[in-house]
Amino acid sequence: MATLPLLKISSLRAGIDDNSILKGIDLEIRPGEIHAIMGRNGSGKTTTANVIMGHPDFEVEDGEVLLEGKSLLELEAWERARQGVFLSFQYPQSVPGLQVGNFLRKSVSSIRGEDEAKGAGFRDSLKQAMESLDIPRSFLSRYVNDGFSGGEKKRFEILQLMLLKPKLAVLDETDSGLDIDGIRTVAEGVNAAIRGTNSGALIITHYSRILEHVMPDKIHVLMDGKIVASGGPELATKLEEHGYEWLKED
Amino acid sequence: MGDNLEAREAVGDYKAGWHDPENSTIRFDFGLSEEVVREISNLKSEPSWMTEMRVKAFNHFIERPMPKWGNTHLLEEIDFDKICYYLRSSESTERDWEDVPDDIRNTFERLGIPEAEQKWLSGVTAQYESEAVYHSIREDLEEQGVIFLDMDSGLRDFPEIVKKWFCSVVPLTDNKFAALNTAVWSGGSFIYVPKGVHVEMPVQAYFRINAKNMGQFERTLIIADEGSSIHYVEGCTAPSYSTDSLHSAVVELVALPGSHIRYSTIQNWSSNVYNLVTKRGIAHENAKIEWVDGNIGSKLTMKYPAVILKGEGSHAEVISVAYSGDGQHQDAGAKIHHLASNTTSKILSKSISKSGGRGSYRGMVTVSPKADNCKLNVVCDALILDEDSRSDTYPTMEVSNPTARCEHEASVSKVSDDQLFYLMSRGHSEEESLAMIVNGFFEPFTRELPMEYAVELNQLMALEMEGSIG
Ligand SMILES: Nc1ncnc2c1ncn2[C@@H]1O[C@H](COP(=O)(O)OP(=O)(O)OP(=O)(O)O)[C@@H](O)[C@H]1O
Ligand SMILES: [Mg+2]
Repeated sequence: MATLPLLKISSLRAGIDDNSILKGIDLEIRPGEIHAIMGRNGSGKTTTANVIMGHPDFEVEDGEVLLEGKSLLELEAWERARQGVFLSFQYPQSVPGLQVGNFLRKSVSSIRGEDEAKGAGFRDSLKQAMESLDIPRSFLSRYVNDGFSGGEKKRFEILQLMLLKPKLAVLDETDSGLDIDGIRTVAEGVNAAIRGTNSGALIITHYSRILEHVMPDKIHVLMDGKIVASGGPELATKLEEHGYEWLKED
Repeated sequence: MGDNLEAREAVGDYKAGWHDPENSTIRFDFGLSEEVVREISNLKSEPSWMTEMRVKAFNHFIERPMPKWGNTHLLEEIDFDKICYYLRSSESTERDWEDVPDDIRNTFERLGIPEAEQKWLSGVTAQYESEAVYHSIREDLEEQGVIFLDMDSGLRDFPEIVKKWFCSVVPLTDNKFAALNTAVWSGGSFIYVPKGVHVEMPVQAYFRINAKNMGQFERTLIIADEGSSIHYVEGCTAPSYSTDSLHSAVVELVALPGSHIRYSTIQNWSSNVYNLVTKRGIAHENAKIEWVDGNIGSKLTMKYPAVILKGEGSHAEVISVAYSGDGQHQDAGAKIHHLASNTTSKILSKSISKSGGRGSYRGMVTVSPKADNCKLNVVCDALILDEDSRSDTYPTMEVSNPTARCEHEASVSKVSDDQLFYLMSRGHSEEESLAMIVNGFFEPFTRELPMEYAVELNQLMALEMEGSIG
């Protein structure tokens, strides 16, 4: 069993309205691993995240996405969520009138089961998670992402990550818009959720700062819908110094 | 049973859509004449002034053209000769549920009314077709002099109060449907709250149409004496028939100085009901009138709760939501007239249209030249769930005093794929996600309702969202 990867993406091609965006992606994350994806604007990072999560607008032309050996591609987004896939959005959507506290309870109930969303157990883990992310209690009665600042939205994504306890967490630029303390808090949260467990994470980012805290097992560079380089933490430093130009040759 | 099947296809999952066999004790032939009007009055042994008022109203109804305000071409489809104007299914109004005829009691039990009464109401009236079949009020309120009766009993027991206020807010010449109601009214609520008495828990009336081609014309009059307060809640349903029914009520509110009336409605009509209602209140000095009005279902609803701010410092609020599904048009809004200085008003209108439904906001706010320092605020939000549906706003403001402060905002939004995807990524099915967005949109309305009603409305909307995903 130890040999089964948590996430295996092979020759994935996907696009929207006859426009190919992902042009053959291969990626494998093992249990307990954290990987990172870097790449220029428009290179296909968010599209990769959306396709893993099952955004209905994108069409998969070819390839496979397996979670613990089982294909995700035929499942709807909410079914994937219940299988343990989580996406922290680059641009979280607001839902006016939907209270945060209510929404969190409903989401935990859908994904982890009714019992997990009830009683003192839920209240305690909610309280603890909010404290660790410096989210004031008053947020529970606010509306989901409605009027949240950029950084507050990102903290709220991580709060959901901590409560939903997914097998695979995809973080799409969660560090953009967070202050320095926020980045450290998020990194600690991710480490605690993944290291030494059977879960895994895929962190999409433009900056090496979050990676210094998380220390990913592997970094991949995405360019025009393909992974053009993979390596250890040193790759992030190199990209930050030299940009993406040097990768363009091959 | 045939009707039920047809109805299911027509309206989807309308959950109050069953009907009982019709066991009427008195039923009038279809159609309307002066004779029918006199007969209704006679049957109820009314004082002659009421009979004459009915006849006068009938004559006005005949002469009066259809309203020009609203979706008037749908109104032309109403066939007044095919409507039954009076139908009695029970001999009397009971004070104990046990004494209500079994089949009628079953209906109200299925709708959860007796249960709600025990838990959170000060009093209940249940009207079935034309007459109230059940009525009760908490004893302590009765001891404080609060009158809560069905309108017919009100006229019988308190003719002086009724004569003084009946038609004082909505004159019989007001519009064609108000005239019709005045001619053939039956049932409805009569409430008087004495000076300084606060009725803490809401009182409720529940209106049920059961028979086919039925016209329900209840008449409600609420008088809050100086410094008193009351919250009145009204609910309505009807079975889903393939032929049309007409619900044409008149509601008159009198808020005397310093009093507070809140009138909450959840109408959940099946999609064969014309719902044409005239609701109006007069607010005297420092009084406050609030209409909280939820319209779900019906074929055509035309309803514009109105407040006349007659006394200085009075305040009006109209909060309404409307949901229009397939083949439905909700034409709703508000009318507020600022006649005195330092009066304030607030209108919040929220409409959702789906599967080709049409929601319109139609509003009228006026400020008279003598009324100084008035404040008015109008907000209309529409949410459209698909390409086939429609939403329009027709706001009118006539402000004839330069010291007035007016605010007006309108927005139309659509549910985006990204918003749905966000909620779905948290484990919620597409239908659940849509219901979350819709209930969120209605939240500013729902939070004004008693808790039990809010839950009920959320469940209703979740049901409406079922099967709505292509
Ligand atoms: N819904 C869409 N409709 C049309 N084109 C799209 C859509 N989503 C993505 N694209 C296109 O696909 C390409 C990849 O976009 P994607 O959002 O995946 O980039 P990204 O790597 O996340 O960029 P960034 O760093 O700016 O977030 C871009 O050219 C983008 O314009
Ligand atoms: Mg992106």
